[in-house]
Amino acid sequence: MQLDDLTTKNGEWLRGVGPESDIVISSRVRLARNLADFPFISRTTAQDRARIEKTLHERVEEVASENDLLYLEMSQLEKVDRQFLVERHLISREHAEGQDARAVAIDAREKFSLMINEEDHLRIQAMQSGLDLNAVWQQVNKLDDLVEEKLTYAFDERLGYLTACPTNVGTGMRVSVMLHLPALVITRQIDKVFRSLQKISLAVRGLYGEGSQAMGDFYQISNQVTLGLSESDLIRRVRDIVPVIIDYERQARDFLVKESHENLHDRVSRAYGILRTAQTISSEETMHLLSSVRMGVNLGLIRDLNIPTINELFIRTQPAHLQKITGGEMETTDRNIERARYLRRYLNKEDGAGPTAEHN
Amino acid sequence: MKCQQCDKQATFHITELTQGKPQEFHLCEDHARQYLASSSTEPEGAAGMAAALAQQIAIGQTAAELAQLDQQACPVCGITFFEFRSQGRLGCPHDYVCFQKQLEPLIVNIHGESRHVGKRPHADAGGSQDRTQLIRLRRELKEAIDDEHYERAGELRDEIQRIEGRRS
Repeated sequence: MQLDDLTTKNGEWLRGVGPESDIVISSRVRLARNLADFPFISRTTAQDRARIEKTLHERVEEVASENDLLYLEMSQLEKVDRQFLVERHLISREHAEGQDARAVAIDAREKFSLMINEEDHLRIQAMQSGLDLNAVWQQVNKLDDLVEEKLTYAFDERLGYLTACPTNVGTGMRVSVMLHLPALVITRQIDKVFRSLQKISLAVRGLYGEGSQAMGDFYQISNQVTLGLSESDLIRRVRDIVPVIIDYERQARDFLVKESHENLHDRVSRAYGILRTAQTISSEETMHLLSSVRMGVNLGLIRDLNIPTINELFIRTQPAHLQKITGGEMETTDRNIERARYLRRYLNKEDGAGPTAEHN
Repeated sequence: MKCQQCDKQATFHITELTQGKPQEFHLCEDHARQYLASSSTEPEGAAGMAAALAQQIAIGQTAAELAQLDQQACPVCGITFFEFRSQGRLGCPHDYVCFQKQLEPLIVNIHGESRHVGKRPHADAGGSQDRTQLIRLRRELKEAIDDEHYERAGELRDEIQRIEGRRS
């Protein structure tokens, strides 16, 4: 398999299937691990990093020999390709920008990826569409066991798995669920929800993790602490809160439908209209409008689109994806024109008007 | 020295390394608290949070105590406490042992707990500490070769191979 094979596919976490997938986009678990006999990344030499990469590369290939695995060294990739992997959540932004000897192993179905030489020597993550944290935990746990069979992790009896940053020590585990919460944003209740989550030590982040804006009303809820609770307790903590938030979001949608149906319908229809007719459009505006359209589909206000299609547009209209799909690097201005053209073609074909409709 | 914000004695001497060149602040205890609280309101990511919390370790220490603490270095990887404090990232697994006294309150502050209760490797954890010694031994080996102390280098190489051989 090659990197370009991914451009034609939607990826696991955007399939738009699984429990509660109208609101829960995806479930994800990642583990941070370090080899016991090397310094953490900040104190490594280039030689250390090369040795870590070699050791883990070999191990990862052995472990995932049954899977179709794509192994990529960051230094061999074009900037647009690294950005493409970030947009698909297969690597972190930090990993895309980092120094030498960084690599990633990606499962062809995009159900898991292993980052080598990120903040820690190894980051194992698994993801799945919809709400199913147990399934992703089992996947990650299995990979972790297999990797550990022939390597010694940095581990302390009292503190657990040792990590470069003390915020990850213990289980080294981050459990996260990505939610689409447009109605809570419209009704201005989102901050209240976040404040209550912070009180129970859960973190809220935007679509692309730390420091990223909550684009398209996507929010990731994850555990803040990693020490003093077992893996299953950490999963339970996040899983238990999700139905509560889903319920708030559904109530907010009900409220919008009942109290201001015309406004809501207008908002959704205009968003759809702009996406189908715009001649130039930024990534941010696209995300913003797609968010309304997505909610419109969920509420039955738009009937000629389905959720997997919208999910696909969310990812395919992002800068690196757009450039990969339309073939070639572009400046922002050209990209905005190309994005609008792509949306028109895609959405007008979907409702039966055909790709030629854009010339009328 | 006087505090830069008032007439009290400056007991805190903070060097900020975030904006290109180092910036120095000399503050009394009250203003130091204020300064550290305000600069830690928007930590950038997890490392930012760890750094912000690590800065708080400075509170309640005299300048002399802090200077001494900052110079403490890990015998395995060589990172100083000051470097950890400014980056929020540790240098090697042994830092958790050699900076234990300073890290313990920091870890409790972050996690509310100080004991791991989850999963553990199948292998004996004692082996993990042994292997961490390899970091030091490899560093010493490199130094011995650089200094042309070949006899010492030979001993170190044997020691390294002995530990490496235990688990491939």
